[in-house]
Amino acid sequence: MKTRILGIVGLLAVIGASVFGLFVVPADLNQGDAQRIMYPHVASAWLGELSFGLTALAGIGYLWRRDLRLDAVAHAAAEVGVLFTAFAIWGGMMWGRPVWGVFWQWEDPRLATTALLLALGIGYLLLRRLTDDPARRATRAAVVGVIAALDIPIIHFSVIWWRGLHQGATFGDPAKILHPSAPGLFVIALMGMLSAFTIVWCYLMIRRYQLARLDWQMEEHGRLGRISAARRAASVPSPAAEEPAR
Amino acid sequence: MSRFSQGATIALTIARKDALSELRGRQASGSTLFFAALVLLLFGFALGPDTRRLTDAAPGLLWLAIVFGGLLTVARLHQLEADDGALEQLALYPVDRRAIYLGKALAGTIAMLVLGAILLPVVAILYAIPIGAAWLPLVITVALGAIGFAAVGTAYAGLTVRMRAREVMLPLLMLPIVAPLLLSAVKATAAALGGDPFGEMGAWLQLLAAFDIVMLVAGAATYGFVLED
Repeated sequence: MKTRILGIVGLLAVIGASVFGLFVVPADLNQGDAQRIMYPHVASAWLGELSFGLTALAGIGYLWRRDLRLDAVAHAAAEVGVLFTAFAIWGGMMWGRPVWGVFWQWEDPRLATTALLLALGIGYLLLRRLTDDPARRATRAAVVGVIAALDIPIIHFSVIWWRGLHQGATFGDPAKILHPSAPGLFVIALMGMLSAFTIVWCYLMIRRYQLARLDWQMEEHGRLGRISAARRAASVPSPAAEEPAR
Repeated sequence: MSRFSQGATIALTIARKDALSELRGRQASGSTLFFAALVLLLFGFALGPDTRRLTDAAPGLLWLAIVFGGLLTVARLHQLEADDGALEQLALYPVDRRAIYLGKALAGTIAMLVLGAILLPVVAILYAIPIGAAWLPLVITVALGAIGFAAVGTAYAGLTVRMRAREVMLPLLMLPIVAPLLLSAVKATAAALGGDPFGEMGAWLQLLAAFDIVMLVAGAATYGFVLED
């Protein structure tokens, strides 16, 4: 029930932030209305990166404590991370077409990094899907998650050394946050969207984790096996039952 | 001191064993080399017959062929043992897993070096590249690339060897990981062939070396979990 309230709050927050970003904030002088894509784009890119970081940390935690709950957190974070990262790339492409003239700009280092991040996330999920035993799945996934997380900074550096034309990070520089070069409304719109997306992120993480717990319960109690056995017994008359007892 | 030398002995023994089984099962390694050379030939068909275009693309094509050939090479290093059930025995030995990993990574590096040593002249001939003048930086680049690829490949091949659909899972997991290796190796190769006019080769080689070190440490740290799996 509490989780459902969180979901509804997240939905309303996203609607509110969208209305604010679409109708209250004025259009950017240079980029026009396309600039409005940046609010959800930046918010989802940040949350995607945060998710994969959480996957790696929970993976290390699993290898250390061997607690399947940590593995469930890693799994949930990876799935939500793939969702947000894919959304960020999609939004970036929608923005790039009118502003840069192309969907895919090879010279942009952050696009290349994010695309590889998405590929690593999808690989991680596929690996999980192809392993049935829970402990084995958790170990393999944790190893892959840790190696991938160590690879990310190297990927980042290598593509940064390509000539980049992405706008400099808006929030990397603390002076820019204190004295925003953009009018205050732009910052409020981005922060509002980030808060809204964060609530949705929390909601999805909790739901995914609950789902993982339900999965274990099903496996542990062998409920699936018993249900299917009961169904078979109910629909198909078992030959053994019809045979008179000897 | 003695623990270190013991670990080195184990690593060398395992590398020697893998190299021997590779040499004796010559057909498999031979076909991998032939496959990689064939890839280079097909790139020629895909991009040719303009030699100038092939010459420009040569560093990238060389490293793509090394990556494709390398995927088959590192997969084989675990596959033979897993098929014979020897991997479980290896896991049962009371020795440091990091030494086992380093031994396997060393064998993988040697196999990748052979691959690179064969593909470099093939590229030189097919794409009209003068490699003679820049042989030293090229050898360094290939060596660093071989180490990095083997470092990742050993960990991931061990991880996927007992999986369903391992043939597709290994490249699927490995290719995004080796993307920075590919990028910096191609850049370093291009710089070496062009006489390094911008003085950027050193930076790319450093990045390559950093990749090697990070992946060797990561592989050694996690290989114990991979083996007990």
